[in-house]
Amino acid sequence: MITKSNLYRKEKIYGFLFILPPLLGLLIFTLYPMIYSIYGSFTDWDGLGQMSFIGLSNFKDLWTDELFHKALFNTLFMMLGIPIGIVLALLLALGLNRGVPGTTAFRVIYYVPVISSLAAVSIMWNWAYNGDYGLVNQFLDLFGITGPNWMANKFTVKPALIIMAVWKGVGYTMLLYLAALQSVSRSYYEAAELDGANGFQAFWHITWPMVRPVTFFIIVTNIIGGSQIFTEMNIMTPTGGPEYASASVVFYIWQKAFGNFQMGYASAMAVVLGVFIFVVTLIQFRMNEKQSFDVD
Amino acid sequence: MKSRRRITNTIIFILLLIGAVFMIGPLLWMLSTSLKDKQDVFALPPVWIPNPFQFGKYKEIWEAGPLLSGIKNSVIIAVSVTVVGTFTSSLAAFAFAKLKFPAKNKIFLLMLSSLMIPYPAVMIPQFFMFSKLGWVDTLLPLIVPGLFGNIVMIFFLRQYLSSVPNAIIEAAKIDGSSYFRLYSSITFPLIKPAVAAQLILWFMGIWNDYLSPIIYLNSPEKQTLQLVIANFNATYAIQTDYPLIMAASIIALLPMLIIFLVFQKQIIESVAISGVKG
Repeated sequence: MITKSNLYRKEKIYGFLFILPPLLGLLIFTLYPMIYSIYGSFTDWDGLGQMSFIGLSNFKDLWTDELFHKALFNTLFMMLGIPIGIVLALLLALGLNRGVPGTTAFRVIYYVPVISSLAAVSIMWNWAYNGDYGLVNQFLDLFGITGPNWMANKFTVKPALIIMAVWKGVGYTMLLYLAALQSVSRSYYEAAELDGANGFQAFWHITWPMVRPVTFFIIVTNIIGGSQIFTEMNIMTPTGGPEYASASVVFYIWQKAFGNFQMGYASAMAVVLGVFIFVVTLIQFRMNEKQSFDVD
Repeated sequence: MKSRRRITNTIIFILLLIGAVFMIGPLLWMLSTSLKDKQDVFALPPVWIPNPFQFGKYKEIWEAGPLLSGIKNSVIIAVSVTVVGTFTSSLAAFAFAKLKFPAKNKIFLLMLSSLMIPYPAVMIPQFFMFSKLGWVDTLLPLIVPGLFGNIVMIFFLRQYLSSVPNAIIEAAKIDGSSYFRLYSSITFPLIKPAVAAQLILWFMGIWNDYLSPIIYLNSPEKQTLQLVIANFNATYAIQTDYPLIMAASIIALLPMLIIFLVFQKQIIESVAISGVKG
């Protein structure tokens, strides 16, 4: 006979059994390596197994490492693409939300770069940025502008990467905004219209506050993604760019760890990056407390 | 009023059209370059429609490097991870959503908070773990972690499962149905569309991944498609054989493009839901 307590005991066992794989995966492939990373950052680990504790020495070196500062600056600079992408995506979503003809086709076209492999589009953009024959300069030529050799110039390499990042990501952001806009009730706008509000006022007092949570989500996820930027520079500027002008933090970590076998030093950078992302995410949780995940 | 609205919509339509040209233009240029002969590539002003179309590069590319093994490796990794990983993830999502066991919510929160640990922060120790096992330059480091499941997918499916009434599951429980059967014949069929959308997104993520393959795979015949085309780029750019490079890149894009066009509705919906719910 099935009794209630009997049932519950069984349920307990099966519940644990069913969540065991992801839980083990988390412990083995994330939590253990993370603790090891933190420990490694305090050692002179060289990849051959010898690890001696050297305290904060790696972090002190980071403090004065010019290349690290450059990589950090480059990574932050390239986040300028985030506000640009947000404004463009919101404008696109507002346009599409009016139900113009071809909405589905536009959604698909704008989303195609998002699903495209980053490696392939990096190769394509690298060719498009070619100083003599690239698509970008040929386009500028139509307006009588002689474009630079984008990837070889330390002043243009970062803007070039930003343009590419906006192109790659705007469709995703647009989609999120479109979904948010469609959930805003029509009655708000009807009421605003009755009160004599113009289009801009309606946007500023209704639309913008209503999509705020989405804006916030996009900012946070973009900062997290942007701080891990790597593939583009690895393919487009394999040496870190002119005067290291396009190297990112992850690029530098990768170079130090798997190029120079300075595992301890690279771990220290990884820890700095991890703390940065942790803080950004924490802010998101705090500010989004009200609509955070409802764990019953 | 109505005609003003029509004019505004026409202007918006034109602006969206111009934007669409900018979005798709570079990709079309890539396709066009892959079909040109070498002189046309360097023609000024640019030639958009190659004359004649040269499909030769699409033949040449298979002999130029390990493209086929690249595709094979990418397929092996992506299929084994998504098939097994979807099973483990959906099973866990079912347990988190519909079963009662102690510390359930604490474990779930622990998993969620682990999402804020970025891959670069764990990649170095992971590399040593796998190198001790002798797995470097094999596909295993790229497959094994994924088999244990995907936390984003668990989160998404758990949310989705909250719309499945508990009564159905309670009734089946009383009937003495086993817990695995509750999952496989009652829950899973109900969440199939969500599972499919998440699986496709995950598949795309693995297919397009670059950082972890570049860390683990050295020998050309072990590399994934993304690494193979990156190497094509490095090798053939020196010889300025851009049609060949572009042909390889098109081949890397095509499978995902086809999957996207077929499942575009589900993918777009899934992205929209996961984003808005934050």
